[in-house]
Amino acid sequence: MSSVIKIENLHYTYPGDDVESLKGVSLEIERGSFVAVLGHNGSGKSTLAKHLNAILLPTEGKVLIDGIDTADEDNLLKVRSTVGMVFQNPDNQIVANVVEDDVAFAPENLSVEPAQIRERVDNALKAVDMYEFRLHAPHLLSGGQKQRVAIAGVIAMQPEVIVLDEPTAMLDPKGRREVIDTVTKLCREKGITIVLITHHMSECINADRLIVMSNGDVVADGTPQEVFSQVELMHSEGLAVPATTELMWQLNKEGFNLPLTALGIAECAEQIAKEIG
Amino acid sequence: MSDIKVSALRHVYSAGTPFEKVAIDDINIEIPHGQFVGLIGHTGSGKSTFIQHLNALLKPSSGTVMVDGEDINADKMTAKNVRHKVGLVFQYPEYQLFEETVYADIAFGPKNMGLNEAEIDERVREAAHFVGVPDEQFEKSPLELSGGQKRRVAIAGVIAMRPGVLILDEPTAGLDPAGCEQILRNICDYRTQTGSTVIIVSHSMDDVARLTDRLVVFNHGAIRFDGTPEEVFSQPEELRSIGLAVPAATELAMELKKRGLMLPNSIYTNEQLEKALLKLKRRAD
Repeated sequence: MSSVIKIENLHYTYPGDDVESLKGVSLEIERGSFVAVLGHNGSGKSTLAKHLNAILLPTEGKVLIDGIDTADEDNLLKVRSTVGMVFQNPDNQIVANVVEDDVAFAPENLSVEPAQIRERVDNALKAVDMYEFRLHAPHLLSGGQKQRVAIAGVIAMQPEVIVLDEPTAMLDPKGRREVIDTVTKLCREKGITIVLITHHMSECINADRLIVMSNGDVVADGTPQEVFSQVELMHSEGLAVPATTELMWQLNKEGFNLPLTALGIAECAEQIAKEIG
Repeated sequence: MSDIKVSALRHVYSAGTPFEKVAIDDINIEIPHGQFVGLIGHTGSGKSTFIQHLNALLKPSSGTVMVDGEDINADKMTAKNVRHKVGLVFQYPEYQLFEETVYADIAFGPKNMGLNEAEIDERVREAAHFVGVPDEQFEKSPLELSGGQKRRVAIAGVIAMRPGVLILDEPTAGLDPAGCEQILRNICDYRTQTGSTVIIVSHSMDDVARLTDRLVVFNHGAIRFDGTPEEVFSQPEELRSIGLAVPAATELAMELKKRGLMLPNSIYTNEQLEKALLKLKRRAD
């Protein structure tokens, strides 16, 4: 097992702040894994994400991407082409006047051959189901469509890691499912490491690993089953658990005896049916 | 009183260009005063275009929008005045905070209504109270606040106009679960205490299921369903086919029924499901 990301005792304080936003985080992220990060607003998740491609540099400690220290300025381009970022608000990350030009922006800047750029752009737009909009103006697209274009822009860079900071916050259920299905596919089929920061519990269920942040530190780290079954901890952190876990937890208080690890709808229904039937 | 009546509303973007797009077409709907309405639909279905017509931010390509029996696009004055009656909170409203202090930002709306200082002050305090912004924050810069606090200030800025109709476009997007709960509670408080109409655009089926009296479902620029949450969520297949979902509790109830459990048809919140299951269990024991 090799780690593509290695974070050692990471501290970060924003300029002018007296309080540390990250208080000594240490993590290793395995190559090709799907990692979800949860935490209340202000918990430090986005600050952590911004360290993964050197948008922020540690006040103390180290972040290594593929063994490269992000603080090493000579390797900045290498770090940024290894780790692609997708942010919450697509309006802040779309630069071109035509969808396909926007997706081509990164590979053009990485001096990819023109024929290969064409291929990468087409494949990336198809992967997010926006190919038919390739000649449209991004500002006329809906929020969800714009977000898919932004993701295509990162995919076209063919990074090893994609970090997504609440990419579905503005999307409808279908758009959300498409984005999550797309990143899951990129992870499972192409071996791209995914770091997904989200507030939607349902998006974490299929992750290999779930990390919960609070006040600048990691407070839970394990499989989604392990983490979500700690319902009291999640509530005390101002977080929710999936509707399935919440229901089973409530029912257990009333005398049921259900395993809180049955996260999926079908799995949960199976357990409840067993208990009542 | 703020009754809304929309007739044969149509809006076309970029008319006459290659990007011409009919955003909404033939929308007919009446919303009586005091209703709590949830608007759902996939991205690009026309929800946002529709709500911007309710306070004359967008003008219909054809059709009419009446508020309190008055065509809001009849003349400039009516269009301007309707904005005090129908308050619209956009997506990510915190990006629109611009004043130097929280107080000044909340006061902006009432000031534009031509109210005197005392009235403005009363309204700012009242609106801040609704959304839980404490007095100590009045002199702070909005930029110093957290995301959730900024959003509550932005909502207070609209509430301060005491609109008879409060419209919010995805007010909880991007907030953590605790932040979502607080905003939704604020909105419910405003409605109970003022009797105002509230229209909320949301992608959370769970939220609209437990909060609203009526659900209006948009699809491809038209109204596809219009009814109580119970009526709308009893059609899971149709909802799925237009890119929407049913609340998790409804989905779970359907799975349980497949496994032979006798559950009522009208389950769309976790509380309802819990109650029904406890009843079944007691009977089985």
